Amino acid sequence: MIDVTNGQFKRREVAIISVGATEFGELWDKGLKDLAWEAGVKAVEAAGIGGRDIEYIVFGNMSGGLFVGQEHVAALVADFLGLNSTPATRVEAACASGGAAFLQAYMAVASGMYDIVVAGGVEKMTDVGAGQAASILSGAMDYEWEAYFGATFPAVYALMARRYMHEYGLKADTLAKVAVKNHYHGSLNPLAHFRNRITEDEALSSPIVADPLRRYDCCPVSDGAACAILAPLEIARKYTDAPIVIRAVAQASDTLSLLGRGDLCTLRATVKAAGRAFDEAKLSRKDIDVVEVHDCFTIAELLALEDLGFCKKGEAEKLYGDGQTYVGGELPVNTDGGLKAGGHAVGATGIKQIVEVTKQLRGEAKNGRQVDGAEVGLAHNVGGTGATAVVAILSRR
Amino acid sequence: MRAEFDIGLNEAFRGMGAIGTGFGIVGYGVYIPRWRIKIEDIARVWGHDADSYRKGLGVEEKAVPSMDEDTTTIAVEAARNALKRAREAKPGDVGAIYVGSESHPYAVKPTAATVAEAIGLTPNITAADMEFACKAATAGIQACLGLVKGGYMKYGISIGADTAQSAPGDVLEYTAAAGGAAYVIGGGDGVIAEIEGTCSYTQDVPDFWRRDGTRYPSHAGRFTGEPAYFEHVINCSKELFGKLGTDPKDYDYAVFHQPNAKFPLRAAKLLGFEEKKVLPSMVVNRIGNTYSGSSLLGLAAVLDVAKEGERILMTSYGSGAGSDSFSMRVTDGIEGKRRLSPPVRYYMERREYIDYSMYARYERLLKVV
Amino acid sequence: MSSSGIPQHWRTIRERYRLLGARCEKCNTNYFPPRKVCPKCRRRGKTAQVEFSGKGKVFSYTVINASSKAFERYMPYIVGLVELDEGPRVLSQIVDCKPDEVRIGMEVEACFRKIFEQEDGGIISYGFKFRPSDGSWAKDYDGDLKTIDAEREKA
Repeated sequence: MIDVTNGQFKRREVAIISVGATEFGELWDKGLKDLAWEAGVKAVEAAGIGGRDIEYIVFGNMSGGLFVGQEHVAALVADFLGLNSTPATRVEAACASGGAAFLQAYMAVASGMYDIVVAGGVEKMTDVGAGQAASILSGAMDYEWEAYFGATFPAVYALMARRYMHEYGLKADTLAKVAVKNHYHGSLNPLAHFRNRITEDEALSSPIVADPLRRYDCCPVSDGAACAILAPLEIARKYTDAPIVIRAVAQASDTLSLLGRGDLCTLRATVKAAGRAFDEAKLSRKDIDVVEVHDCFTIAELLALEDLGFCKKGEAEKLYGDGQTYVGGELPVNTDGGLKAGGHAVGATGIKQIVEVTKQLRGEAKNGRQVDGAEVGLAHNVGGTGATAVVAILSRR
Repeated sequence: MRAEFDIGLNEAFRGMGAIGTGFGIVGYGVYIPRWRIKIEDIARVWGHDADSYRKGLGVEEKAVPSMDEDTTTIAVEAARNALKRAREAKPGDVGAIYVGSESHPYAVKPTAATVAEAIGLTPNITAADMEFACKAATAGIQACLGLVKGGYMKYGISIGADTAQSAPGDVLEYTAAAGGAAYVIGGGDGVIAEIEGTCSYTQDVPDFWRRDGTRYPSHAGRFTGEPAYFEHVINCSKELFGKLGTDPKDYDYAVFHQPNAKFPLRAAKLLGFEEKKVLPSMVVNRIGNTYSGSSLLGLAAVLDVAKEGERILMTSYGSGAGSDSFSMRVTDGIEGKRRLSPPVRYYMERREYIDYSMYARYERLLKVV
Repeated sequence: MSSSGIPQHWRTIRERYRLLGARCEKCNTNYFPPRKVCPKCRRRGKTAQVEFSGKGKVFSYTVINASSKAFERYMPYIVGLVELDEGPRVLSQIVDCKPDEVRIGMEVEACFRKIFEQEDGGIISYGFKFRPSDGSWAKDYDGDLKTIDAEREKA
């Protein structure tokens, strides 16, 4: 299994052989297990594999304990999928749990240790009230020095937005444009949390949550699960005609809280992870045909495009004047509705992004959401205010 | 002319005119929250005649604490201001802290410990909370004086602070206010007002009280005047005059506890002080009765303007009941230290008005049903 | 913020009450909250305790209209990232100030306030917040001293 060349260990190329995801939303009649099961079964059936074939399960989940009193989530998922001797590990990196799980799964296959590995993510957030959910999510920040003093998660992104407005002159209607686009894409995605289109006026007149961020600048709390099955590229065609090659997965860290950031308008972890990913993939930004970025708040989408290197710092606004970031535009961003409209089931989001990019690269996105001729895609998943960032580059071959 | 004092006098203390050999106030600081509510806005809610309350109490408006302020936060702000003036008092030299209040945030858990921690005086310090209605902190000053004069420590700090509570609709609602003042007591060159002498007058008088577990205090109406406030303030002051061999004409200022604007002026008259000697200390008309902070805020207002050599009488009053009197002489040290912290005037002028609905929210009246 | 977190509240009391941070003696960088390891110097550095003056400027701010349960009673309130004069940035509430008065660059100073109160007779947490710096009182000491009653006569 391990390819040893000149005594040096050589990494294997890894492909995604199938994906599956649940709808994201307020799913009262589905519990944590049900969600994981649904996404898992979709992926397993699409790959035409049996339970026996799965060698390792990595599942992202931010806080099963606080949301539903359940830790040991990966073991639970394995059990409920009927795979109860398969090793299963839960990965936690707040909102980047899914992306971090994806990296771990990739490493398991690339290293030669395992062949068929499930990378998934699940979050069940609506069993607790909104206030409780907000409290739990504040664990993604620095509890002692941010949440403790009254900061909420929207508040810390609002601090970044306010600073960005101060340094680059961002206008509120640009933020609204991001929300409008993502809702438009969400309306074309049957799995999206929100499928209603909105107007800029509606966005700009929605109630303030943490000034300057309004309700339509903030992603929802969602239930959902997503799954991707990975295999070494060399055997991927046994399972699918359209294996999607993982060209790179890179992860980086930054300070947990905003306190230690020099520049409040840059997520250094995104910059680092993107740099490593593009280096490893030997691709440039121009090669990317479709992008899924972490738009937990509209401002985050703008920062992401800059930090990923698609435009200069302070200039993301320019990409929203002319439909460039819509399907059909130069650089379609968040074609499934992103987090804002697609939904944000925290631990699952990173994998949901992989699912969407995979569908796009396979030409399987429906309802007018398909990016014509998409060959290379990028998924960007962030934890907290940027303490963790994961960037994955996938391509058709 | 000078006589023996009750608390024991040693040779050094007799040094009138000898700068720096006495003990007294080494630093003082105050804090008053920024919110105010006018008596009109209170009277409107209860259907009272605002004018009659204004005339009867001599009070225009009172200070209200923000939702995130309480006796502890006020005490810390006042203490920090006092320590700025008591600049020679290094943390290790302050050996005692007393916080006097009727609105300690915890019934059991000392405000003094939190304040000591916040101003960096822990751990080698004795601390206790005091309660004697509005005179708890002047008792604290006496305690500090004893410890310092006894040679147990170089400095002590006593703080009087309150976020006074009053039953909605009761007459006390017009005056129960929030504020505080802190005094660092010590000896040596840093003394800005030497305490020449102090005495007290205490009896069991049920004029104003609050039983444990009840939210608001009760009072005995007009009984709180003559047999309570005046009995103690007058007799205590006279006691001090007797022991020191002084009388009102020897004093440039007189400071009395200010439950309203009428009582201290009447006390002055009864003792034989001209009104102009009391007026510099009068803060109640614009900030209300800050209870344990009251006489100490009045004293601070005087220290903000007093000149070297001037003499001050302060007599506090606490319901239940008792008074502490102090005779003080301002030294030349005051000029240099005064400007190190904001004056009382600054806090009085720094104000913003709220109406009764915001007042009810800040005072958490809406939770009580 | 449940009662079971008492030791957690207690451990950070000094930093919260007095803005105690750390300074790396090798590179002279100040940190808040205090760090055991200087990220720049790591093993070569040595950190020592330092008490910050409390003076700083607003680096960014937001007004919170939807808070967590513990802070509901204080809504709306202003949260800001304050850059201390000594260098580090701290996240804190900005008080004694209207939401439309906060500005990036506004000078502020630390004050001592309640952070929150636990329900059902739990503890009160205290710590630093920031208010707009106001040194206007210093001018009260210039010129002739006027007593408060002189102000009253004017009014």
